[in-house]
Amino acid sequence: MEEKLTLFKNRKRFGIEKNIDIIFKNTALVLSSFVAIILLGIILVVFFQSFESFSRYGLKFLVTSEWNPVKDEYGAFTAIYGTLVTSFLSLLITIPLGVGTAIFITEDFVPKVFREIIGSFVELLAAIPSVVLGLWAIFVMEPFFRAFFVFLHNFFGWIPLFSTEPTGRNSLLAILILVVMLLPIVTSIARDSLNQVPKKLRNAAYGIGASRWKTIFSVILPAALSGIMAGVLLALGRAMGETMAVTMIIGNSNAFSWSLLSPGYTISSMLANQFGEADGSQVSSLFYAAFVLMILSLVVNIFAQWLVKKFSLKY
Amino acid sequence: MNSLYYQKRLSRNIGDKFFTSLSVICALIAILPLIFLVTYILIKGGSQITPELFTLEPNPPGDDLDAGGINPALVGTLIITTIASIIAIPVGVGGGIYLAEYSKGGAFSRFIRFGVNVLAGVPSIIAGVFIYALIVSTKILFGSMYSGLAGGMALSILMLPTVIKTTDEGLKLVPNELRYASLGIGASMYTTILKVTLPSAFRSIATGVVLGIARAAGETAPLIFTALFSYYYIIGFGDLFYEMGSLAVLIYNFALEPYDAQNKLAWAASFILVLSILSVNIFSRILAAFTEKTKRV
Repeated sequence: MEEKLTLFKNRKRFGIEKNIDIIFKNTALVLSSFVAIILLGIILVVFFQSFESFSRYGLKFLVTSEWNPVKDEYGAFTAIYGTLVTSFLSLLITIPLGVGTAIFITEDFVPKVFREIIGSFVELLAAIPSVVLGLWAIFVMEPFFRAFFVFLHNFFGWIPLFSTEPTGRNSLLAILILVVMLLPIVTSIARDSLNQVPKKLRNAAYGIGASRWKTIFSVILPAALSGIMAGVLLALGRAMGETMAVTMIIGNSNAFSWSLLSPGYTISSMLANQFGEADGSQVSSLFYAAFVLMILSLVVNIFAQWLVKKFSLKY
Repeated sequence: MNSLYYQKRLSRNIGDKFFTSLSVICALIAILPLIFLVTYILIKGGSQITPELFTLEPNPPGDDLDAGGINPALVGTLIITTIASIIAIPVGVGGGIYLAEYSKGGAFSRFIRFGVNVLAGVPSIIAGVFIYALIVSTKILFGSMYSGLAGGMALSILMLPTVIKTTDEGLKLVPNELRYASLGIGASMYTTILKVTLPSAFRSIATGVVLGIARAAGETAPLIFTALFSYYYIIGFGDLFYEMGSLAVLIYNFALEPYDAQNKLAWAASFILVLSILSVNIFSRILAAFTEKTKRV
């Protein structure tokens, strides 16, 4: 008996094992804090690199559109305007399309198999690299829409948005390729939030005699609204930061124009175009532009997260 | 009496029909680009595929009719993605383990989870700008400026949030009973994690990680001023410290060339890139569906 007890007493964990346990925990802790370090690092590095330009131009950088490496004058208004216009207009087209598709997938218009196929098709679209979309936009979409743009200019030329002769690569094409890129994001998030609406709500609405679309518009969409909104904001963040497809099709011109049919610029396409060859204070100005882009996308993303937390469905 | 039957002309029924067809149209518009895109890439890119494509260097753009092959870019993409995975997977899985297994929902873990979401939303070109400022312009990597190594690091920043998230969520799905049982028979925490929880979440974590790698393989923006581009074969370890080509940057560069031969090469590269990314996606989707089915039993 005595022997057995000592045996039991000796069955303590070895010191080395305890140490491994502690080391393991702390390694995991350090690795998880890498995220915070990288995030802060990105913000600090981009900020400090842009400091020279920031102290020289201040906030004037945001509202002037001169971008002249020869005279060393920099202002990013055209790029900032382009970023905002392309992302907001593309979102405006994407929201009804994406939500409509999500409704189609979640309602029972066609058998489940077809809906699942369409759903995964749309999600596969998200997996296609944006550079490939850009290639496709240059060689397929641009010729396809050329006649349509001429028509737009001829009949709606009095609207400032269509006031110039369409050029081969322009902002409107960038908006259209952004729609293709955003559609999967909005659709899949809208579908998930529609699926989360409890069946009870739908049955109750049907029970008091609402038609299918009355139910969708007055019950299901409002219940799923916060999730859809968050998805839309995430898509907005993606649209503002999207680089390759936009750079390849927007035409990359810093000349400001209200018209969507003329070449434009976004912050990310400016970075992609000029960063490799820039030197001197141009680099600092590019970092300033990058900083603006980062702040824009951070604000949108944080707002989206806040929205999800604040208004997440509570049924 | 009539009100018991479905009446086509009732305004609510007409409205319903209208909106139903509207959503059908939306769905059609949503899948049309994918169908066009995939068929176009398969036809246009697939017709360019030759054995030489995989073995030759691309010729510098010019008047030559023959554009050469994409071997350096193909190998470069594999190398850069591997570097990114080597950095992002250990860091991400480790971080995910901390979040799921050790943290108790305190301020720190909430901050990290928030940071993961924010980092996932950082535009990919910013990752390139960051690595440029940190590594390329400072020549910190043994004096080399643009390098495959720097490109891999930029990609790893984009992969990291995906890996942490899938690890965190995969581990959270493991039932607590397994942990209690393991700890109850005297296993230490790290044994429990390495021998019990991590293996049982392996499949979902692996699926997420593989999808993250596939996404990183197609990223271009972080590479255009970190890894740059190269026309030459990658022959040795030392090439890691020099400019390195990749499929994505090759597509970008050659799509903008005015020469037909280069454009065709860009299509061929797209074919290979899209085919591999889509097959990885479809495969992991099937695997995930299969896992779900077996779990229910």
